[in-house]
Amino acid sequence: MSDIRLDAIWKKFGATEVIKGIDLTIDPGEFVVLVGPSGCGKSTLLNLISGLETLSSGNIFIGGRRVNDVPPRDRDIAMVFQSYALYPTKSVRDNITFGMSVRHIPRQVQDAAVAEFAGLLHIEDYLERKPAQLSGGQQQRVAMGRALVRKPEVFLFDEPLSNLDAKLRIEMRTEIKKLHQRLGKTVVYVTHDQIEAMTLATRIAVMEAGHIRQFADPFTVYDDPVDLFVAGFMGSPPMNMIEGKLRQDGGSFVECGAPDALLRFPLPDAMARRVAGRDGLKVILGLRPETIFAAGSELPGPDRFCFELPVAVVEPTGPDTMIVFEIGGRDLIARVRPQDARPQGTRFRFEVEMRKAKLFDATTGLRL
Amino acid sequence: MIRQSQGGIVRAQGIGQRLKRGFLFLVLALFCVYYLAPLVVMVSTSLKSLEEIRQGTLISLPQSINFEAWAKAWTSACVGVRCDGLAPYVWNSVLMAVPAVAISTFLGALNGFALTKWRFRGADVIFALMLFGAFIPFQVVLLPMARTLGVLGLAGTVPGLILVHTVYGLAFTTLFFRNFFIGVSDGIVRAAQVDGASFFGIFFRIILPMSLPAIVVTLIWQFTQIWNDFLFGIAFTVGESNPVTVALNNVVNTSTGVKEYNVDMAAAIIAALPTLAVYVLAGSYFVRGLSAGAVKG
Amino acid sequence: MAVTGSPPRIRWRSFDRWLPQIVVSPLFAMSLFFVYGFIGWTLYISFTRSGVMPDYRLDGIGQYVRLWSTPRWHVALRNLVTFSVLFISLCLAIGILLAILLDQRIRIEGAIRTIYLYPMALSFIVTGTVWKWLLNPGLGLERVMRQAGFESFSFDWLVNSNYAIYTVVIAGVWQSSGYAMALFLAGLRSVDDQVLKAAAIDGAGPLRTYFSIVLPMMRPVFMSTVIILGHLAIKSFDLVMALTGGGPGYATDMPATFMYAFAFQRSELGVAAASAVMMLVTVVAIIVPYLYSELRGARR
Repeated sequence: MSDIRLDAIWKKFGATEVIKGIDLTIDPGEFVVLVGPSGCGKSTLLNLISGLETLSSGNIFIGGRRVNDVPPRDRDIAMVFQSYALYPTKSVRDNITFGMSVRHIPRQVQDAAVAEFAGLLHIEDYLERKPAQLSGGQQQRVAMGRALVRKPEVFLFDEPLSNLDAKLRIEMRTEIKKLHQRLGKTVVYVTHDQIEAMTLATRIAVMEAGHIRQFADPFTVYDDPVDLFVAGFMGSPPMNMIEGKLRQDGGSFVECGAPDALLRFPLPDAMARRVAGRDGLKVILGLRPETIFAAGSELPGPDRFCFELPVAVVEPTGPDTMIVFEIGGRDLIARVRPQDARPQGTRFRFEVEMRKAKLFDATTGLRL
Repeated sequence: MIRQSQGGIVRAQGIGQRLKRGFLFLVLALFCVYYLAPLVVMVSTSLKSLEEIRQGTLISLPQSINFEAWAKAWTSACVGVRCDGLAPYVWNSVLMAVPAVAISTFLGALNGFALTKWRFRGADVIFALMLFGAFIPFQVVLLPMARTLGVLGLAGTVPGLILVHTVYGLAFTTLFFRNFFIGVSDGIVRAAQVDGASFFGIFFRIILPMSLPAIVVTLIWQFTQIWNDFLFGIAFTVGESNPVTVALNNVVNTSTGVKEYNVDMAAAIIAALPTLAVYVLAGSYFVRGLSAGAVKG
Repeated sequence: MAVTGSPPRIRWRSFDRWLPQIVVSPLFAMSLFFVYGFIGWTLYISFTRSGVMPDYRLDGIGQYVRLWSTPRWHVALRNLVTFSVLFISLCLAIGILLAILLDQRIRIEGAIRTIYLYPMALSFIVTGTVWKWLLNPGLGLERVMRQAGFESFSFDWLVNSNYAIYTVVIAGVWQSSGYAMALFLAGLRSVDDQVLKAAAIDGAGPLRTYFSIVLPMMRPVFMSTVIILGHLAIKSFDLVMALTGGGPGYATDMPATFMYAFAFQRSELGVAAASAVMMLVTVVAIIVPYLYSELRGARR
């Protein structure tokens, strides 16, 4: 097991800066997911770790060794690609053993390794076929086999599931997690899918525009986002963002909505103390859909706030129903139990759990 | 063709790598010399006097720039028994190439459109049968074509050559446009139909304007082919209706009198200049034509 | 075969409905007449006793017998084989080599590619004229080498009936090898970038990557390049005419020049038609299976 340490790394393509000074320490055996919108630099960061891209500046250490100038083959890594990148003219077996045969590993050792992982990945039946004769899911397994078979210290995954259909994606997600638990090797995994990030990671690095915005375990990233970007990126449907002003007249409130239909969300004490003395500040109130529900549908608790607004759209998803409503011209989403849903147009009484609300400074985007 | 990442792979550094890289450039440079040398020799020979040619070698540069051979090639070199230079034959080639290129390209576009976007019964078979015409060795049609031109009264004329090039260029132009139209969504044609546009309305107002790249590729390909053609020129024209390629060959192979290598080279450059100019100005379209000719179907 | 051409509008005037067919028919008819009709005519003539003038009375395979007993035809065939084999293999070798070298992130790749490919824009007549001058016994390459100190260097292939065919190969390769390069380079560029990355991670160096991964993927490109070059070789007429005129004697005759000579110079229409048919048969044997697989592949 190796740790990975990125020390102030930069990557420029000509005049374009893609990675802008990233520091990151990944512990041995960790499963770190790099997540962010397309163009945020997550794949470039992975390529830098693998040695498929050359650093512009900074240092990369794998297992304590500085690898800036070490070619990919000598970094003791393996990688799974989005397009699987199988060698089309080679059989499945030769695809898997190519890395070993390049390294002149004896035939018997290769065969033993194939036997070990083919069983694990359920590909024993297609070993002599060409990649083109396999389905997407089978190709994916072969690509994993090719990575696993060399038993490297670090596994790198570049959006490995994004070419699979939804059902297979969930299946493979579970298998990848099982494999990690079983082998315990360090994994760096790139995806744009925040659900994949949440389900797989021991820690998530949320990236935007060449920076890491937050690096923490999934629950912290979800419950305690450092800024608007992270809060908005993680979660589906996304967090409701309500623009408003901080009011401190007889308690702390966030005042929002049109002037003739003002809503005042009362802030819990802990939050109110953090923003004391900043009356009039422009803020954004972040409410996750699951913290807005039908009034009275949950056991009563502290810091609840109720309000009544017409239902704009009803979107059943099965286990929950999404109710879209408007505050100040913006669509917001509440996640209610299906039996609580009401038809479009009727007035609906919502209840908000203000303890779980997040408050952001509207100008800086930072969490308050 | 952006592929920064492949070269971005971290490679072992060292003197070995440098040497390899140096060797790579050396080989590439040698091949540049290989391809360019004939052109350089051709130009430099055309600028020399006959005296200089007899005394020097191929690779010696001309002592002074001397356009006499060019003038002679253009106005007074002997093509067979006539000594008017290449000028009238260049004109023949222009008169032949321009209409033949325009007509064959237009018909190819129309044909490709009708065959790919209106897949009527048998369209694929018709296309395959027409495409075959692009690959036959033209020797197999020389004799009947000569007789047909005779019957039509077009034997030995420029219009006759225009007909020949249009007929046998059609297979290629249809192929080019078919390849292009296959990548155009059928939905566009459907949508225009629903909007009430007719066959020609769709062709002229929607399809042609969006086919500009294919049109340019086809025009360039056809121009190069027709300008450079020799077989049809020599088989179907005589004397004063010869295209420039035939005239050039006659200049070079005229066995009477002193061999004027400088005039030969100047004449070769004159004959090559139009297609070379197209290549230099529109190289990427030229290359696309070449690969379109390669990936057939 | 699905008929997808019928427009969704129901009240479509019947004339408009048939327009695609109406447009295609004259063009198709033209192709039927000028390609298939003419092939048929040539084929027919090859089975008659036609000499200076066409003679439409059938005469069996007499012309073919005459053709195959003409020594000049055998020379032409031998030349075709020699030329094709050398021309195709040299073009392929140079093309692959240059494509791989150019694929190494060369900054001035565009300029180099332009230089390698420009001969393709020239007429074979121009190419022949230039090489005829370069290989001129006495004033050409020979003099360059002699002045460079190789006094006994002699290079008279152009006028030597045993070697003249190789000068055609030299000029042909000069003109067409850049084309092969362009086709292979396009093929190399179409290889999925991630496959190359995977090979790098697997530990394969550049040579190993090319030979065991990339080049095997080039098989279709390889096939079509061979077909195209072979097709060029069979049709080669201009280059021979400009470079050697088929000479010395008929030492560099090829089927294409043979047919031309018999049709237009010696006015033996029957033999000329028979040789043209032989050329057609050869091309069909190569092209039709290729086109069939290509068209079928395109339809998926």
